Amino acid sequence: MEANEILQKAAQLRSGLSTSFRDEIVKSLYTEAETIARRAVKSAADRKYDFDQKIDRLVTSPVFGLPIMLALLAVVIWLTVSGANVVSDAIASLLFWVGDQGRALFHALHIPWWITGFLWDGVYRGLAWVVSVMLPPMMIFFPAFTILEDLGYLPRVAFNLDWLYRKSGAHGKQALTMAMGFGCNAAGVVSTRIIDSPRERLIAILTNNFVPCNGRFPTLIMLSTVFVAAGFSGFTASVIAAASVVVVVMIGIAFTLLMSWLLTKTMLKGEASAFTLELPPYRVPNVWRILYTSLIDRTLFVLWRAMQTAAPAGAIIWILANVPVGNSNLAQSIADWLNPFGLLLGLDGVILLAYIIAIPANEIVVPTMMMVYTGASMMIEGPSGNQEIFNLLVHGHGWTMLTAINLMLFALLHNPCATTIITIYKETKSYKWTILSVVITLGTAILVTFLTATVARLLGWG
Amino acid sequence: MSHQSVSISSLKTGEQAIVLSFGCGRMVQNRLASLGFTPGAEVNVTQNYRFGPLIVTVRGARVALGRGEAAQIFVQRRSA
Repeated sequence: MEANEILQKAAQLRSGLSTSFRDEIVKSLYTEAETIARRAVKSAADRKYDFDQKIDRLVTSPVFGLPIMLALLAVVIWLTVSGANVVSDAIASLLFWVGDQGRALFHALHIPWWITGFLWDGVYRGLAWVVSVMLPPMMIFFPAFTILEDLGYLPRVAFNLDWLYRKSGAHGKQALTMAMGFGCNAAGVVSTRIIDSPRERLIAILTNNFVPCNGRFPTLIMLSTVFVAAGFSGFTASVIAAASVVVVVMIGIAFTLLMSWLLTKTMLKGEASAFTLELPPYRVPNVWRILYTSLIDRTLFVLWRAMQTAAPAGAIIWILANVPVGNSNLAQSIADWLNPFGLLLGLDGVILLAYIIAIPANEIVVPTMMMVYTGASMMIEGPSGNQEIFNLLVHGHGWTMLTAINLMLFALLHNPCATTIITIYKETKSYKWTILSVVITLGTAILVTFLTATVARLLGWG
Repeated sequence: MSHQSVSISSLKTGEQAIVLSFGCGRMVQNRLASLGFTPGAEVNVTQNYRFGPLIVTVRGARVALGRGEAAQIFVQRRSA
């Protein structure tokens, strides 16, 4: 037969098909699959199924679903906060000790001061800060989060939150992309591919950054431990610190919903689309897979990325701090210049400078800040204990509780890091939405911190 | 045993039914078919609180359905 004849024949046959033929195909596929499954799979499915059902009744219940979810989040964050504290000091003192030895060695070899300074006080110190600030929380947060993921709990979160997202015009699956955002916002943006409707997917992309990623968690943990929980000790302190991080996360979720609603009412008008989601059976987590995923895939990956940006950032700060301008240096002059605007937001010039230097990776905000405060040009040891950080910031640089709270809000709401911005462009293929993703988040951050600072000052706080 | 066609969202928790037809567009129907909802499939309403999404068991899998989608799946009740 000729090709044309075949096509003609096909067209002829197609016209004779009944409308339900697609259903017939799907049905026969399922029948075939069930036959194979019955031959090949032996299971004690019924008892397992009933057990899963009982758990699902509880975790997806309209009464207990949300409280259970918040409790799990609080436990994960509490483990992270209290565990990270223990390890962080040890890692910091070890790394700074290594730095001292390196500096002493260079000194003994009569290497010029600017090489020693650039390498050990600039590049190395940047790296040491990032590792000691980021590694401990990641080592605890990622495995704990991966366990919940491996258990099959995350789809239940989407189920519980669907009504909230639906009310704000977005899709229930946005909860899943948000959960991914806790690990990394760039990953969260990529994961929005699971949302079919382009409108709802854009909403999910534009609001993903309101979930603090692992690069920003250390900032939140440090601030809540050092400031909010200051004056408490031991168990109480860790509970208060964890509670304030949970509150910050909830504020982030509130902004996600609010922004989704605003977008639905303005630029991305439309109705919420179909919600269908399989709730997979619960699985016993596989220890090796969890360790591998959380430590190799996630912790090392994120840490490596942070180190790649921390090293050049450390070098830049060292140079800025060592270029003299009048009686001062370049870093200080830029910070002074930014200071009025910073104060307007309840922050200061150094914090804004740190945010600008940290655009490639939010992980290095706190280290950058500390380096400018302690003066990277001098041979001062970075403070390692919480009390020392508190003293440095409060007594040395005039921080108040308002500064700490506004920095937490700013860290939560501000623009995505460079990697996420590039990812947003790759996913949307649109300059408009990419720029908007920055404008929306940065605008929110500036507006909110300005409002809290103004209100706090009117009331006589801060 | 009634042969009435009702939407799956009107069933109570624990009720069983057979899928008859769909009232939704091709896109959603394809999605539902890939989750196991085809005419003739047995379904079991696992959770229905009369608001928010439902959980329906179909072909041994638990599936969460938005109320809107569930209202477009027509089934025939099976007296258990």
